[in-house]
Amino acid sequence: MDFNLFWSSLGPMLLGAIKGTIPLSLASFVLGLLIALIIAVMRISSNKLASGVGRAYVSIIRGTPLLVQLFVIFYGLPAIGVKLDPWPSAIIAFSLNVGGYAAEIIRAAILSVPRGQWEAGHMIGMSRNQTLLRIILPQAARVSVPPLSNTFISLVKDTSLASLILVTELFRVAQQVAAFSREFMLLYLEAALIYWVICLVLSTAQTRVEKRLDRYVAH
Amino acid sequence: MLPTDTEAVLQVRGLTKAFGSNTVLRGIDLVVPRGKVVALIGPSGSGKTTILRSLNGLEMPDAGKVTVGARDASTEQALTVDFGDAAASKKARAAEVAALRDRSAMVFQHYNLFPHKTVLQNVIEGPVQVQKRPRSEVVAEAEKLLARVGLADKRDAYPFELSGGQQQRVGIVRALALKPQLLLFDEPTSALDPELVDDVLAVIKELADEGWTMVIVTHELAFARQTADEVVFMDGGVVVERGPASQVLRNPKEERTQAFVRRLLHEI
Repeated sequence: MDFNLFWSSLGPMLLGAIKGTIPLSLASFVLGLLIALIIAVMRISSNKLASGVGRAYVSIIRGTPLLVQLFVIFYGLPAIGVKLDPWPSAIIAFSLNVGGYAAEIIRAAILSVPRGQWEAGHMIGMSRNQTLLRIILPQAARVSVPPLSNTFISLVKDTSLASLILVTELFRVAQQVAAFSREFMLLYLEAALIYWVICLVLSTAQTRVEKRLDRYVAH
Repeated sequence: MLPTDTEAVLQVRGLTKAFGSNTVLRGIDLVVPRGKVVALIGPSGSGKTTILRSLNGLEMPDAGKVTVGARDASTEQALTVDFGDAAASKKARAAEVAALRDRSAMVFQHYNLFPHKTVLQNVIEGPVQVQKRPRSEVVAEAEKLLARVGLADKRDAYPFELSGGQQQRVGIVRALALKPQLLLFDEPTSALDPELVDDVLAVIKELADEGWTMVIVTHELAFARQTADEVVFMDGGVVVERGPASQVLRNPKEERTQAFVRRLLHEI
């Protein structure tokens, strides 16, 4: 193996992670959670239209490949006059995708909070929305951290698909260097290593968040 | 704060409620004068808890009228919700029930404290977030109430750190902090270990002596005898017998009441 190439390519790849993979993941995850929260609340709504739309959204997102979603937005939308740059396309596709998966996680977490908590919220005079925000969601958050962390870690790796719509992120840098040097094994393993390290950091962060949210639960 | 007049704080007329084909309330009447304590007793499934939950808007009765008196007759009026009035829209009904709920506070069988909030946060949540009262004033009151039930040092503890009896006393303080007209207790000691029951009952007895208006669903007949002004025995969704505690519990007239009282006393 050519270790000189390993070291000389490490800088550009890390830059790809810092300027591409990481901000793309963060932005998509935050937006995705917002979408997920809205969809989850729609799904548990007693309004048939709202819950129907929520269900359809989740079904479409989970029932179609992420790569196809990405291509529809970047290569498909221009056909109807919507021409988006690679970055906005990627952020839209990834956040819509995360929204669908995380909506189910949040919905299940909300439903896992005992009914007595809703009743206690109403008893002290809170409306449905107040109870949801102040009583139910904080408790649902604790339950949903492990599955949401999974979603986030998957997302970090999925952002490599953005290389196919010309976003300069970690994997696209690896592809470019490999095409030039023909050292595929080395460079793709190097890319894999960097993804792995990012995910290790995320797993550690997950443990910390869980501990923090566990402070009011019996051990 | 002590009431002086005897006007009714709660009036219930013809309350009915069915869950599907199962009718749990078949026309309940109930009057609770200011400062009085009414104990609802009866076998499980007799509808006692459903009455209480209807008063706090946790169940929607099918028909009947509920009136809760004003805190201060000079600024407020008694509030009546007519559940049989089908004309009311869903939204209007919800607003009526919310107004009704504001006048009462409930203590739950399983406490239902907010596990992610400390004892103090549990108590002040309603007064600060819903009633929008100044936080410093509410905290001072909450601390006084917690001290009264012997939990001053648990102010910053989370519910999981407390025993069942302590949690239920926090539940009572949370209800008191709302300054309700009417306190509703739903089997407040049924989920407690036997040795913790007395502490909680002592607190409730003290509130009764202090003049709070209360409706208590309970299986503790000895407690009902000591605390309640009136005992209402229910079975199958109707009131079978009612009267002064000593009479209903010592010399019940109705056969069903006799059988129920005998059975509970034998258990003990």
